[in-house]
Amino acid sequence: MDSPAGKAVKATASRAPMAPPRSFIWTRRIVLSALTIFALLPVYVMVSSSLKPLQDVTGTFRWIPAHITVSPYLQMWQTVPLGRYFVNSLIVCTSAAALSVALATFAAYAVSRYRFRGRRVFTLAVLSTQMFPGILFLLPLFLIFVSIGNATGITLLGSRTGLVITYLTFSLPFSIWLLAGYFDSIPRSLDEAAQVDGCGPLRALLRVMIPAAIPGIVTVAIYAFMTAWSEVLFASVMTDDATRTLAVGLRDYSTQTDIYWNQIMAASIVVSVPVVAGFLLMQRFLVTGLTAGAVK
Amino acid sequence: MSLRPARMTILATAAIIAATSVAACSSGNSTSSGAGTGAGATITYWASDQGSSIADDYKVLNPELAKFTKQTGIKVKLEVVGWADLLNRVLAATTSGQGPDVVNIGNTWSASLQATGAFLPWTSQNFTAIGGQSKFVSSAVGSTGAAGQPPAAVPLYSVAYALYYNKALFQQAGITSPPATWDELIADGKKLTTGGVSGLAIEGGSIPENIHHSFIFAAQHGCSFFSPSGAPTFTGAGCVAGVQQFVNLMGADKIASPGDAEYDQNQSVSDFASGKAAMLMWQAAGANLKSHGMSPSQYGIAPIPVQSGTPGSGTNVDSMVAGINIAIYKNTKNLTAAEKFVQFMTSPAEQTILCKAYGCIPPVSAAQSSSAFGTPELSVLKNVLATSALAMPQVSGESQFEQLVGTAVKNLFADAAAGPVAAQTVEQQLASAQAQMTK
Amino acid sequence: MPVQDRAGETASAHQPTAPRRRPGRPRRPGRLRRIGLPYLLLLPALLFELLVHLIPMVVGALISFKSLTQLYLAQWQHAPWAGLGNYRIVANFNGSIGQALLHSFVVTCSFTAIAVGLSWLFGCAAAILAQDPFRGRGVLRAIFLTPYALPVYASVITWAFMFQYNNGLVNHVLHDELGITSRPTFWLLGDNSFIALVTVSVWRNWPFAFLVIMAGLQSIPRELYEAAAIDGAGIWQLIRYVTMPSLRSVNQVLVLVLFLWTFNDFTTPYVLFGNAAPQPADVISVHIYQASFLTWNFGEGSAMSVLLLLFLLVVSGGYLLITSPRRDG
Repeated sequence: MDSPAGKAVKATASRAPMAPPRSFIWTRRIVLSALTIFALLPVYVMVSSSLKPLQDVTGTFRWIPAHITVSPYLQMWQTVPLGRYFVNSLIVCTSAAALSVALATFAAYAVSRYRFRGRRVFTLAVLSTQMFPGILFLLPLFLIFVSIGNATGITLLGSRTGLVITYLTFSLPFSIWLLAGYFDSIPRSLDEAAQVDGCGPLRALLRVMIPAAIPGIVTVAIYAFMTAWSEVLFASVMTDDATRTLAVGLRDYSTQTDIYWNQIMAASIVVSVPVVAGFLLMQRFLVTGLTAGAVK
Repeated sequence: MSLRPARMTILATAAIIAATSVAACSSGNSTSSGAGTGAGATITYWASDQGSSIADDYKVLNPELAKFTKQTGIKVKLEVVGWADLLNRVLAATTSGQGPDVVNIGNTWSASLQATGAFLPWTSQNFTAIGGQSKFVSSAVGSTGAAGQPPAAVPLYSVAYALYYNKALFQQAGITSPPATWDELIADGKKLTTGGVSGLAIEGGSIPENIHHSFIFAAQHGCSFFSPSGAPTFTGAGCVAGVQQFVNLMGADKIASPGDAEYDQNQSVSDFASGKAAMLMWQAAGANLKSHGMSPSQYGIAPIPVQSGTPGSGTNVDSMVAGINIAIYKNTKNLTAAEKFVQFMTSPAEQTILCKAYGCIPPVSAAQSSSAFGTPELSVLKNVLATSALAMPQVSGESQFEQLVGTAVKNLFADAAAGPVAAQTVEQQLASAQAQMTK
Repeated sequence: MPVQDRAGETASAHQPTAPRRRPGRPRRPGRLRRIGLPYLLLLPALLFELLVHLIPMVVGALISFKSLTQLYLAQWQHAPWAGLGNYRIVANFNGSIGQALLHSFVVTCSFTAIAVGLSWLFGCAAAILAQDPFRGRGVLRAIFLTPYALPVYASVITWAFMFQYNNGLVNHVLHDELGITSRPTFWLLGDNSFIALVTVSVWRNWPFAFLVIMAGLQSIPRELYEAAAIDGAGIWQLIRYVTMPSLRSVNQVLVLVLFLWTFNDFTTPYVLFGNAAPQPADVISVHIYQASFLTWNFGEGSAMSVLLLLFLLVVSGGYLLITSPRRDG
């Protein structure tokens, strides 16, 4: 019925994909253009608003800024201690991501390579943690941190440690699941060969599995970092002035007298650039990681 | 299967459970020494955001704290907490037992916080340590906790609501004096609502603003949201009428712009300052207006009009007793030092300095007579506080009441933006809010 | 999701065997270590999960049986037991609290259904349409992933800015420029707040669907397409009969994960609407937050959270049962 396509197939055999019909090309153009506009519209608003003076940005919206100024980018460090929040976020998120990756790697190795009782239960339990509403365990977690602090003297509340512990645990289930799937796709012959050569299982893990699983590990690290970077609820409860992260700190741009929209936008861009750049650079790994891990 | 690793897990779990069931011993986080004079101690103080920005507050408070340290040898660790976070932080500190020694609280929160039992009760002995209860203006003390119990906090700053009006816009509309009765306000508002300017700016999305105004208007209709025994009576006829009157400023009288229903970041103040609105009902807006470039000569201040007659007590109140109280956590390790600090902050000298900087009225009688509080704005506020202000209900459910009724009024403003709001709708929202109050 | 056992693996993959080629190596400690090793590897992860997820959940469930209001905050262990009292209040759909909870629940279900459906649709469409290489495809993929990469609070604040009644971009376009509406509309209040919430949620989540489906598409063997093409299938038929069935297992997990994340999403409505969400967009996460943290009634809030968790467990379990491929299929 679709003779142009049939003809194209016969012409190109099993070489290149056949030429798509006009309807497909036009659909593609329209849909992809619409999605591009949809995706980029807020980004444009962010960028253009960050370059407007305060009166312009609180007045009627204009597509092209009437006056362009970079002062929001300079003032934003003063209005709110943005530098401190940035450092806090960096420390917390990097630590959480690193620890999450480490723990997930060990756990995923166990899940993937060992047949022990409870493996199936473990996998389902991991999935079920995605269902937990944060509100349910926010107050209890807070109370537990208090008790630990009182009993052992380790301050977890208002400290970056407490937040790191919380965040690394949030991303743990998804990371274990992803990495286990990824490890599953690495042929057992690889680590068995290593063990035959005298490596214990742990050294096999380090020497063989991890290098082979770099895309998966990078995926997990990025995911853990991004999840921690964006988290608002627990950060608002578990931090104080000195340890506040960006997620909570950006709210301070709404002061008693003004909402410094232009500075909020400028700050948003500045705090987003590292995450977005890193994410886009690593997206190739992400796709490979997801392909091997989740999809198979 | 080896049980060892499993046993390890069980032991670890048990350890954690044991740790959590240890009673949360209270532990203040200050060092202590010099028990008698408190000298050499360090206390932690959480201040509220009173200035135009948090940075501003540090600028005002740090010199005063340095003064205090010089006088007494007690060091003060200051943290200024924004309003969005203050109540949560106070709650967290109450729950965990790990908090500051001294904290500013909104005075309307006093009764609710008192019910937690975490704050130092100001018995006559404690009052004596800071100079006696009589040094405070009685109306301010009326907002420090439930009647019949020692207050949970002492007054620090007092403010009240007043009507701010744009002199130029009034002149243009041919209005010679600020409205003295409610009907005049509506009439003036209608005259002023032309060509992109609205008669009155309302902060319709703000829960505190909604609750304060609703309370005042309900009081003007004889209803006080709580019965004398403390039971909620949100659906009393007077309360419904008062709230309806308030939201219909936008819905029926149309003197407030519909967009105001979204305002919850003080946009109504910037609207007033930029001339987009001719009137504003606000607490001590002077400093805020100044930062927007509006000088005191451009606006006038008058008491908010009442239904009929002149502002006074009973159904002629036109403001709630607004203000900030200062409280000490019961579990402080430095009671003497903390009390010395409170005494310092409530001394007439400091009160004059701080209230001058923040544009508030000192609740300490000796400080009120200072000439610094003779400006037009502050004279009006002083008068309102003294004659026609009513304290918000001092019941343990007060915080809940603020949250629930404030949200209900915010929902009603969303309706008002579309048209007049019927009394039935108001009653439904208030009934729903009342049903959610914990007994 | 690889829940299936790898039963099809080679026989030698059953259990890691000790290297038998090393005589003289004592077997017993090696054996114990071998058996205990997986547990040991899991232990750190398990401990953190216990500390942060599981024990607090249990404590949270305990709190739901207590009457924990501001009166007992300072000594929460001594709060009086309320038995099923909190549950009776929140599940009483004739009462005000229960009714509000039910309303919030319905809002959340419809919000999640629409948002996940649209996210999946956009992601699927984009992944399929962008499957074949064309000029600028790499750039396009980067653009599409940006909404997901931006931190939630930054992008949602921007949407709140765009949805403003007075000076927002949305009203500027609809009212000032295109003249579609006679008056500016409220997007953060009133009925349209639901549409605003769905828009922001879809905007954030469809790139994730795009990413996952794109990954899934890469694992569909070329031969399937070519075989079908030789049989005369056009591109739309290829999509319908080859692509979609091959994506089934991917879609199963993707939809479940999106559903859970959207249902439980707190940050988006919280940053968009603030402390008090408008009633048409009162999703359950902010509703519970308001019911517990803002009115200081943690007992009731915990009861609501437990009910929410039970609901999600039931729905997810049912979903997995219904959509799991049959063993012999």
